[in-house]
Amino acid sequence: MLLRHTPAEIQERSALTINPAKTCQPIGAMYAALGIHRCFPHSHGSQGCCAYHRSMLTRHYKEPIMAGTSSFTEGASVFGGMANLTQAVDAIFHLYEPDVIAVHTTCLSETIGDDIPQIVSSARDAGKIPEGRHVIHANTPSYVGSHVTGFAAMTKAMVDYFAEPGREKGSGVNIIPGYVEPADMAEIQRLARALGVEAVVFPDTSGVLDAPQTGRHEFYPRGGVTLEALRSTGARRATLALGSTASSPAARALEAKCGVPALQLDLPIGLLATDQFVDALRRTAGVAVPEAVSVERGQLLDLITDMEQYLHGRSVAVAGDPDQVVALTGFLVSLGMRPAHVVTGTPGKEVERRVRELAAGAPGPVNVKAGGDLFLFHQWIKQEPVDLIIGNTYCKYIARDEDIPLVRHGFPVLDRIGHVAFPTVGYRGAMRLLEKILDALLDRQDRDAPEESFELVM
Amino acid sequence: MEAAKTHALPDPEAVKQAMLEKFPAKVAKKRAKQIVVNRAPDAAGRVPEIHANARTSPGVITQRGCTYAGCKGVILGPVRDILTITHGPVGCGFYSWLTRRNQTRTQGPDDVNYMPYALMTDMQEEDIVFGGEKKLRQAVREAYETFRPQAIALCATCPVGLIGDDIHAVAREMKEELGINVFAFSCEGYKGVSQSAGHHIANNQVFKHVVGLDDTTPEGEYRINILGEYNIGGDAFEIERLLEKCGITLVASFSGNATYEQFARAHTADLNAIMCHRSINYMGDMMEKKFGVPWIKVNFIGAQATAKSLRRIAQYFEDPELLARVEQVIAEELPEVERAAAEVRPRTAGKRAMLFVGGSRAHHYQELFRELGMETVAAGYEFGHRDDYEGRAVLPSVKVDADSRNIEELEVEPDPARFRPRTGPEKAARLGAGGLSFAEYQGMMAEMAEKTLVIDDISHHETEVLLKKYRPHIFCAGIKEKYAVQKWGIPLKQLHSYDYGGPYAGFRGAANFYRDIDRMVNSRVWTYVTPPWEAEEAPEAKAVYACG
Ligand code: SF4
Ligand code: SF4
Repeated sequence: MLLRHTPAEIQERSALTINPAKTCQPIGAMYAALGIHRCFPHSHGSQGCCAYHRSMLTRHYKEPIMAGTSSFTEGASVFGGMANLTQAVDAIFHLYEPDVIAVHTTCLSETIGDDIPQIVSSARDAGKIPEGRHVIHANTPSYVGSHVTGFAAMTKAMVDYFAEPGREKGSGVNIIPGYVEPADMAEIQRLARALGVEAVVFPDTSGVLDAPQTGRHEFYPRGGVTLEALRSTGARRATLALGSTASSPAARALEAKCGVPALQLDLPIGLLATDQFVDALRRTAGVAVPEAVSVERGQLLDLITDMEQYLHGRSVAVAGDPDQVVALTGFLVSLGMRPAHVVTGTPGKEVERRVRELAAGAPGPVNVKAGGDLFLFHQWIKQEPVDLIIGNTYCKYIARDEDIPLVRHGFPVLDRIGHVAFPTVGYRGAMRLLEKILDALLDRQDRDAPEESFELVM
Repeated sequence: MEAAKTHALPDPEAVKQAMLEKFPAKVAKKRAKQIVVNRAPDAAGRVPEIHANARTSPGVITQRGCTYAGCKGVILGPVRDILTITHGPVGCGFYSWLTRRNQTRTQGPDDVNYMPYALMTDMQEEDIVFGGEKKLRQAVREAYETFRPQAIALCATCPVGLIGDDIHAVAREMKEELGINVFAFSCEGYKGVSQSAGHHIANNQVFKHVVGLDDTTPEGEYRINILGEYNIGGDAFEIERLLEKCGITLVASFSGNATYEQFARAHTADLNAIMCHRSINYMGDMMEKKFGVPWIKVNFIGAQATAKSLRRIAQYFEDPELLARVEQVIAEELPEVERAAAEVRPRTAGKRAMLFVGGSRAHHYQELFRELGMETVAAGYEFGHRDDYEGRAVLPSVKVDADSRNIEELEVEPDPARFRPRTGPEKAARLGAGGLSFAEYQGMMAEMAEKTLVIDDISHHETEVLLKKYRPHIFCAGIKEKYAVQKWGIPLKQLHSYDYGGPYAGFRGAANFYRDIDRMVNSRVWTYVTPPWEAEEAPEAKAVYACG
C-alpha cells in the first residue's frame, strides 16, 4: 500500500491540504502564453517557480518549454522587482527575439506588489523594447485560484492587449478552447473548418507543444495564434467560450471591450456537449452542419449503443480541472454510467452545482467537491469503491492501492503518451475516450474472469 | 552521425566568443567569467579561476531552481518518515511531490512511508494579508491527527518570509503541544541564487534538530555514514548492497533511503563518506567539529571509482581483515562490469559527451564516460561553488557575497558528552602518507582535459552554441533541457532523474549505465530524422513519368 496512511474515516480539515488536485496560477499562464505564435513566457518572481513550471509542463508535453524568470533574490524581494524585470526584458529581446513577451506574476512579486504595466512602460521609455514588439502581462498570484484560473488570466490578457474593436462585425467567430491539450485545440479547429466557419482559436498550443522532430529545435515552432488574428477578435460575430472557468474571463472581456457577444458552453467532451458546440457554431455562423460531421456523430453513437451493456450503471470517480470534470460528468451520464465521486482542486461553488445538475440523471447519488484534494477523493473511494477512476497521473497511487482501473485524463499526465497527440474533444475525441474507458473496464473483466467464463467475444 | 565522429574539436576560445556575442554587454561581461577554457593544474596544483555561485541574470533561460527545491526536494525528499509540510501557496508543494524519484525501501507494509503524500497549507489571499501562522499551526495539528508521525518538518516558500511568518516559533510551540519533534526550514525560494542555498539550510536544521538525539550505537565494527547520496533510481540500494557485502555497517545515509532514526544516530559512526560534495559538505564539517567524525570524499559512480572508494573506506579502518574482504568483493564484482564495458566500448569509444547538471554529478559521471572510452568536452554545474570546480584549496579565497551571507552559518562546538576524536594526529599522518586525506576535494577541473570548456550555470543560448559547434554524441542535463537538445537530433541523458532508469552507482549500476549510453548514442532513431524525399535531390520530372 503506497498510500498506507490514508484512513477511510474522514476528519474535518480546515488548514491542511494533502495531495492537491490543482496547482498554482503561473503554470497555467505559462501554458496559455505558449499558445501565441512567437511568444516568450516570462515568470516574474524567483527562479524556482519558473523551473518548476517548466519542468512540470515538459514532463507532461515532452516538448521544450522555453520561458524566462526574473530570478529574484533577497534584494529584489525587498526593493521590488523593477530592476530585474527591466534587465530581463532587455536580455530576452537580445537573446530570443520574440514578438511578444508574456509576463505573469508569482506569489512573490504579487506580495511585494510590483506594478507590471508601469515597469514595462518605463522599460519602453528606456528603449528596452524594440519597435513593433510587445510585452503583455497577467496577474497570477498563486494564493488565488489554480492553474486553470491562471490560464484564464493570461487568455484574458490576450484580449486586453490585442483585441481591436472593428467597426463592422466580420463573419467569423472566436473560439476560446479552454484548458485543453494541443490536439484538442487542433480538433476544435478541424470541426469549425468542417462546418465552413472561419474561426480564431486562442490560445492555440497546437503546433507548438506537439512540434515535429526535424533535427532542428525551433525556438518558436509554427503553431500558435498570430497577433494579427488576435487583433481581429474584436471584429467577429461571436465568441464561443468553452469551459467557463478557463474561458469566460476572456470572453467577457472581449464582449465589454469590443461588443462581441459571448456564448458560454461546456468543454465539448462527449456526445451532448459536442452537439451543443456544433449547434452553436452552426447558429452563430449561420451555416449548415455537413454530412461528414453528422457521420462522426453517428459513429460515436454507434459505438455507445454497441457497448452499452458494459457501461450501464458502472460507477466512476473523477478528479480533474473544473471545466473538465463538468464535461466528463455529462459524458459519463450519457453513457449510462454513474459519477460517484467528483473532485476538483479549483474552488468554486458553480462547478459543484453544475456537476450535481448533470449527475441528476445518473443511477445514484454523487459526492462532489470543488476545492477538494486527492486525499479526500481517496477517502471517498475507500468508503464507496468504484469501477473506474478518471484523473491525472497522481491518481495511479490510489488506483493501485484500491485495485481500480484508471483512465488517465487531465493535467498532468506524466507517465503515458497520447494525450498531446489525440484529442478527447469532439465526436472523435469522445470515441477515443470511450475506447479508453472500455479498454480499462474490459481488461479488468478479462483479468478477473474465472477460466470457465473467460470470453473470446465481448 | 558518422561524420561527427571524426569532426575536429573547435577552438574553445572561439566558441566562448560565439556564446558571448548575443548577450547584452553587461551580461556578457559577467558570463565571460563563468565560461572558462580549462587547463591542466600547474605546478602548485592550480586550475583557472571560475566565477560560480553567482546570480543568474534575469531573463536568461537557466537550468536552475530555488532554495526550497534544494531543501525540501533534495535533502528532505528522500527521508520516508519525516512528515514534511510546505507552508505556502499550493504550487511549490505540488511540484516537489514525487518528482525526484527518491526510492525508499520499507521493511513491511506497516512501516511508515510518507513519500507519496504532499502536505501543504495552500495559503490563500487572507493568509497572505493577515499572516499564515495560525493556519500553519492548525495544519500541523491536522497532520498529527491523521498521521501520528514522530517528526514533522515545516518548509517555507517565497511569500512566507516576505510576510514575516515565524515558522520556527510555530515549530517550537507545536513541538511542545504535540510532544513530537517539530522543526522548520527557512528555505524561501529567493534566499539564494540556486538550490545550493537550500542544501545548506537543510543541513543546518537537520544537524541542529535531529543528529545526535539517539546514542544507540548500531552493531558492527566498521560504522560509516554516506553523505550526499539521494537514491535516485536505486543508487543507494546498490551502495548498501556493496557495503553490506564488505561487512561495513551503514549507520545513516543522508539522505537516500533514509529514516529519522538514522539521522538521530548518525554521530555514532566513525567515518563520513561524502558523495555529492556540494550538497552536503556542511554536514561533514559540522559533524566533525561537534562529534569528531572525520570525512573523506568518495565516489560510487564508475566501476573504478567504486573500487577506489571501497578501498579508501577500508584503508581508514586500518584492519587487514576488512581490506582483504573489500579486495575480495572487488575481485568478485569487477569482472562482470568489465565484461559489460568491453562489450559496448567498440561502439562508444571516441564519442563526445557533455555534462551540465547539479553540484557533483557533472564531475562524477565523467568517470563512467571514461570507462566507455568517451571524451567529456564540456561540463559545468547547475549550482556549484568555486570549490566544486577548483577544489577546496581555494576556500580561503572565496568571497562571501550578500546572497551567501544570507544563509545562517551555525556556530558548532564540540559536544561535551559525545565528542570523540576518531583519528588523532598520528593516525591522520599515517593515513595521509598512505594517500588518504581528510576533508579534501580537488574539484572537477583538475580531472578534466586541457582545453575543455567549463561553464557555470549554463544558459539555453550557450547550450545551443555548444550543440552546433561540437555536435556531441550525448548531452547530459535535466528534464527542462531534454527535448530542446533532442530536437537537434542529439540524445539527452537526464542525470537528475536518470530518464527513469538506473541505478547507475556501484558495480551493477555502472554496467547499467554502459548499456543505456550504448543504446542512446547508437540508437537508430536519430538516423530517421531526414525523410527519404528530402535526403536526395528530387528526381527530374521526366524520370517520374518514365514508365508512362
Ligand atoms: S506557489 Fe508561488 S512560489 Fe510556489 S511555485 Fe507557485 S508561484 Fe512559485
Ligand atoms: S547532482 Fe545535484 S541534485 Fe544531485 S545530488 Fe548532487 S547536487 Fe544534488
